[in-house]
Amino acid sequence: MGVMLSLIAVLVIVLVPLAGSQVSGLQYVFGVFFPYAGFAVLLAGFVFKVLNWAKSPVPFRIPTTAGQEFSLPWIKQAKLDNPSTTTGVIGRMAFEILAFRSLFRNTKAELRSGNLIYGPAKWLWLGALAFHWAFFIIAVRHLRLFVQPIPGWVEFLDKIDSIMQIGTPPVYITDVLLIGGVTFLLLRRLLIPRVRYISLPADYFPLFLILAIGTTGILMRFFIRTDIVAVKSLLVGLATFHPFIPKNVGAIFFIHATLVSVLMAYFPFSKLMHLGGIFLSPTRNLANNNRMVRHVNPWSYPVKVHTYDEYEDEFRDLMKGAGIPVERE
Amino acid sequence: MAKDLTQKEMLRIDYNPPKSGWMDTPVKIKPGIYCHPAKPEKITDVGMPNAHTWNPLDEDWNLPANWQQIFFEGMRERLDKHRSFKIFMDICVRCGACADKCHFFLGSGDPKNMPVVRAELLRSIYRKEFTTAGKILGSLAGGRELTPAVLKELWYYFFQCTECRRCSLFCPYGIDTAEITIIGREILNLLGLNINWIQEPVSNCYHIGNHLGLKPHTFKENIEFLRDDIESYVGVRIEPTFNRKGAEVLFVTPSGDVFAEPGIYTLMGYLMLFEHIGLDYTWSTYASESGNFGFFTSFEMAKRLNAKIYAEAKRLGVKFIIGGECGHMWRVIHQYMDTFNGPADFLEVPVSPMTGTTFENARSSKMIHITEFTADLIKHGKLKIDPSRNNHMKVTFHDSCNTSRAMGILEEPRYVINNVCKHFYEMPDTTIREQTFCCGSGSGLNASENMEIRLRGGLPRANAVKYVHEKHGVDTVACICAIDRAVLPASMEYWVPGVKVAGVSELVANALIMEGEGERTLNLRGEEIPVTEGGDNV
Ligand code: SF4
Ligand code: SF4
Repeated sequence: MGVMLSLIAVLVIVLVPLAGSQVSGLQYVFGVFFPYAGFAVLLAGFVFKVLNWAKSPVPFRIPTTAGQEFSLPWIKQAKLDNPSTTTGVIGRMAFEILAFRSLFRNTKAELRSGNLIYGPAKWLWLGALAFHWAFFIIAVRHLRLFVQPIPGWVEFLDKIDSIMQIGTPPVYITDVLLIGGVTFLLLRRLLIPRVRYISLPADYFPLFLILAIGTTGILMRFFIRTDIVAVKSLLVGLATFHPFIPKNVGAIFFIHATLVSVLMAYFPFSKLMHLGGIFLSPTRNLANNNRMVRHVNPWSYPVKVHTYDEYEDEFRDLMKGAGIPVERE
Repeated sequence: MAKDLTQKEMLRIDYNPPKSGWMDTPVKIKPGIYCHPAKPEKITDVGMPNAHTWNPLDEDWNLPANWQQIFFEGMRERLDKHRSFKIFMDICVRCGACADKCHFFLGSGDPKNMPVVRAELLRSIYRKEFTTAGKILGSLAGGRELTPAVLKELWYYFFQCTECRRCSLFCPYGIDTAEITIIGREILNLLGLNINWIQEPVSNCYHIGNHLGLKPHTFKENIEFLRDDIESYVGVRIEPTFNRKGAEVLFVTPSGDVFAEPGIYTLMGYLMLFEHIGLDYTWSTYASESGNFGFFTSFEMAKRLNAKIYAEAKRLGVKFIIGGECGHMWRVIHQYMDTFNGPADFLEVPVSPMTGTTFENARSSKMIHITEFTADLIKHGKLKIDPSRNNHMKVTFHDSCNTSRAMGILEEPRYVINNVCKHFYEMPDTTIREQTFCCGSGSGLNASENMEIRLRGGLPRANAVKYVHEKHGVDTVACICAIDRAVLPASMEYWVPGVKVAGVSELVANALIMEGEGERTLNLRGEEIPVTEGGDNV
């Protein structure tokens, strides 16, 4: 059910601009209003969410330690997996965010004739890594369409990305990785019973949405060509806050733009916020220096304890009988 | 009873989930899986709310009329207090990487024991009550109403999680289902829904000083019994002191080791080690528990019980504290104690009186782990050791969850074992160190009425032991955890008969050459030490 609903939702998001952009006045809605609104919601929502998380304190220092701790001088510490310094934490976080360290650890358990076997399971790591990096590079590459003149490093990125020189215009490596990655993530959700079992509509929807964004983008580049000069002038207009709708921008662009706008607006209210959350995750971003540096809990309050004096008052006779020293005879 | 289930029946486990989704499948509470509810008087006598009589199998759990309100307010309060909780409620992408990492899932196949689903049980309530999308879209946004049935489900599955953090190791965002369980249990405790196996030790510990409720004289007598055993097996008379002011070190350890086999042998190990090196230390009958079942109840209760250790160290005027072998105890000592009840500015940075080593890693908390202490002693040649006395044993080491994933004391015990035993074999890499599997009975779930789930949860650990048992003839699982010592024997007996469980300090003491000792023909268990040819490594 979640699959169908998500798919239908994405189809509607495709069909509305397809039909709507034929109506001349409405192009402004899809080409200017939606992107601005989407971007604003993304920005405000993201900031709000992160601030909201940050508002809750971190009362305890609870890193998940994934290796040998800092100990006696002759014992080798796992500095990245169990860091005890800020530098170590930065290293750990970098590995986690840029290379998906924890996911790389993944194993797959199987029960074979009464024995549990844990095989390596790197596909999820690989698929996720390909997808996320491709998405990121594609987003950055799009700067080309928003600024004039195009910065050298963006040109360079573009060149590298199309280095394979297959087809005209040349195919981007990241396009292939993105579509491949999303398809992989979608298929495993649909086909692996356990993953399907835990999936919610909120898991299918963004996958379909991103798949649609990728597909429309590729269609625009290779199959349903649209006036790229016009598109660029529209986007530069957006970026410079002089929005206008040039002539000759095809419906495919408005569909692509609407899909992206929806993704941006959806982002802060969804699990996609894992992008922000990972930076704040207390099991990863804290140093394991617990016994070295005291961590202060801002909401700590005095609690009722059973004091030694109360204890001795209750047990004094027994203690004396057993020859245990007491404070007051 | 679980013990009546054959291994074959137990192993009929299907990791494929059922057709019907978890949200639409109501919980079925089964005997053998859950623990008895807390006795109301044990709740009230530590001042906790909503104590009442109830039975998990009953339709009506006699909850207070405004139970939903209490639940939501409790949840709101904790979202505001713990960034971890708030973030973990928001960012799970349901990738499933954690799904087959949980020993309870691996041992039971119950899909709600997948860490992600365990967390989703509560997350669905969060979405429905605390997010706009969930309020409007309901189940379409993954939201779920908090009904009595859902509450029961939360209770059932939060008491089928041993807070071992194995899932969090594999989660790409570090989502720690243990943290969610800890907070989930805290909320359930607002409704008086603890289990007695946790609540009674909590009450005992608070009023009497330790989980087992050993009064001062009994605590002392028990240790003196063990001293007498040492005298008959080793031929050395040891005079431990209690509540002695002016000692250099306060030693605290879980009370389980004062009381039951095989933990008592570990405790005998401590006595002999300290005697061997002439450590100026004292036991305390007031701080006679370093384990902390309060931690399985609420952070507040954990703090209340933990407070005694520093308080006693201060009263007795010791310089620093040494803590015995225990898993969850060390989670609390390492990650919480200084925050809870510090700063311990009345203590000194621990320096080993024998080697002069400063324990830099305990600069602030002033409390060191017995295994760190022992490793340092061995490194400096301060122990006279005859490892051949352990030659008849083939040993493997079980890392406890907490000391591995909430601390990282991995090399020290291995170093110690390798110095006191000749035959040491590691279990497979995916089951040790940070990837270690829970004993199956941690976090206060080591009762007898839930034996089926304990044995199921114990399967992955036991199965790895079985591997080295069959491959190398391993017959001893060494550990640095009192709960392990209490629960692994049952799991071994069921899954890998013929394997015994020993604390590392027991192995150390068996190898110690004590001054003035008699001929060592018996080990600390009073068993003949088998003579192995030449004592050579095989
Ligand atoms: S590994 Fe983390 S993100 Fe993935 S399902 Fe488990 S808790 Fe969620
Ligand atoms: S903390 Fe351990 S027991 Fe709890 S869900 Fe995670 S893996 Fe399972």
